[in-house]
Amino acid sequence: MAFLTIYWRDMIRFVRFRALLFSSLLQPALWMAFFGVAMSSNFDRLTSAVPVPAGAFSVEYLTFMAAGVIAMTTLFTSLFGGISLLFDKNWGLMREMMASPIPRTDIMIGISLSGMTKSFIQVLIIMVFGLLIGVNFFPGYPPLQIAYSVLGLLLFVGVFSLGFLFLSSTISMRMESPEGLQGVITLLTLPLFFVSNALYPIQAFPPFLQALSVLNPLTYLVTGIRYFTIGSDFFAIGTHYSYTAIDILIAFGALATFTTVMYAVAWQTFRKAVIT
Amino acid sequence: MGGDIIEVENLTHAFDGFQAVKGISFSVREGEIFSFLGPNGAGKSTTINVLITLLPLQSGRVRIAGYDVAREPARVRESIGVVFQNEVLDRDLTVRETMEFHGRLYGIPRDERRAKIEEMLGIVKLTGKRDERTKNLSGGMKRRLEIARGLMTQPQVLFLDEPTIGLDPQTRLKMWDYIEQVNEAGTTIFLTTHYMDEADTLSDRISIIDHGEIVTTGTPDSLKNALGEDVIYLETTDNRAAEKALGSLKSVRNTMASPRGLVVTITEDGSRCLPAVIDRVRGEGIAIRSVNLKKPSMDDVFVHYTGRELRDTGEAGRGGS
Repeated sequence: MAFLTIYWRDMIRFVRFRALLFSSLLQPALWMAFFGVAMSSNFDRLTSAVPVPAGAFSVEYLTFMAAGVIAMTTLFTSLFGGISLLFDKNWGLMREMMASPIPRTDIMIGISLSGMTKSFIQVLIIMVFGLLIGVNFFPGYPPLQIAYSVLGLLLFVGVFSLGFLFLSSTISMRMESPEGLQGVITLLTLPLFFVSNALYPIQAFPPFLQALSVLNPLTYLVTGIRYFTIGSDFFAIGTHYSYTAIDILIAFGALATFTTVMYAVAWQTFRKAVIT
Repeated sequence: MGGDIIEVENLTHAFDGFQAVKGISFSVREGEIFSFLGPNGAGKSTTINVLITLLPLQSGRVRIAGYDVAREPARVRESIGVVFQNEVLDRDLTVRETMEFHGRLYGIPRDERRAKIEEMLGIVKLTGKRDERTKNLSGGMKRRLEIARGLMTQPQVLFLDEPTIGLDPQTRLKMWDYIEQVNEAGTTIFLTTHYMDEADTLSDRISIIDHGEIVTTGTPDSLKNALGEDVIYLETTDNRAAEKALGSLKSVRNTMASPRGLVVTITEDGSRCLPAVIDRVRGEGIAIRSVNLKKPSMDDVFVHYTGRELRDTGEAGRGGS
């Protein structure tokens, strides 16, 4: 249970660095408030020309992209989550942990769990903020179904964020400088974010991009979030979405597989790590 | 004093082809203060890092408190405490949280941990700073906190890597007091230092390490006595010729060129044979610029065994080696 100690320390620091805390909470809210509102007023005007099929449940763009913003925030936070390991390493603090009797993999598990907690906090705040500015999540759901949907969404967010936290931890342990890490992360986030269904449907992508998006964990996270927050059958920006239970299980399976592979990679890295 | 608590046989360690440690062997007895004395880059930190399991064992055998570092690293880690050369404190944690974190890493149960933190903070006189963040502590306080932290797990061996580097003279003396107190309470101490006076004052035994090899080991007194009764420093117009001239003098044990002049170790009372030394040098037509007679110090020991002065290594301050 030594990872709880690592978790405890990382959470103290999260709460203590007020600037970091507020910026990490404010940033997704700003995305929703500016990008979301601006884009949805444009998109809704354009897509209003596309007739909604009879009987389909139509969702405005703000609601559609809110799921994407939740996913994007989780991606960014998780990819940066390992950076505290890099600082611990560079400032020599990791030597204390490496010389202590705790299993070394507990360091990565503790940091990853605290990163996941941060993602949960952010996601809940975005949801509340989104509902306040008019995001139509959980349309007509009874309270019990809302609770069930939130749990399902957090399950997806949790598995996804752990996967990217393990990746981030691996990179941090192998990197020397925060600038290098930042470069790698920027390089990763751009394609992950734009070659996904976070902001627009992938159905209209050229085949090459579509193939890539199928390999992108973010696509599966967004699918899961939309399923739990909007429903299994809806119509948005001119596209009809319908998910079966199997689709959702496949999406979850894909995320779980990704996370398991990342865990294995991080585990190897930590077992062999030499920090002096 | 009991048996050997640290046993090192033929330890070798290389970085990218550079031999930092070249097959050293030594042992530390339970209850003693044992020092590694040597300049930066001599292999002290590399050795300590292998001993505390931060570096993998490349070749040789190392046992700490009866556990093999290669086979039972977790057991070794449980048995030791470490105070690192560079500061290892999270600036944004308080003093109490720093101790709390460490106690948790070593799995000390909650109540015992709380009691131990108070006890240790009392010993290093930091009780009043309990809720202060570590970035607000002075250099001496930080060091004391690190020592308190290293000791809270009641290690059998405490490793101190350059414990007083960067501290002012007064704080240094206090730190020596703490180290002696800790040792008297029963903790074996393995210390690395490049300060002669530190090794001289604190150690029961010293190993002088240079270029990855142990050049000699002994008690501070025996090392100094090995140099003879007294040491004469001679500065002449021709040190080489003077060295030659003195070689045949019976009371002269050894002569050695050093940057400060000629170091002459003698077997007899220095004040009695100094005239003979001067006569002999002058007799060869060599003029003497200055003469200095003193009891051998650890500096002389170092010069004697390594052929150079510690200060000539041109390195000071905090740095890895």
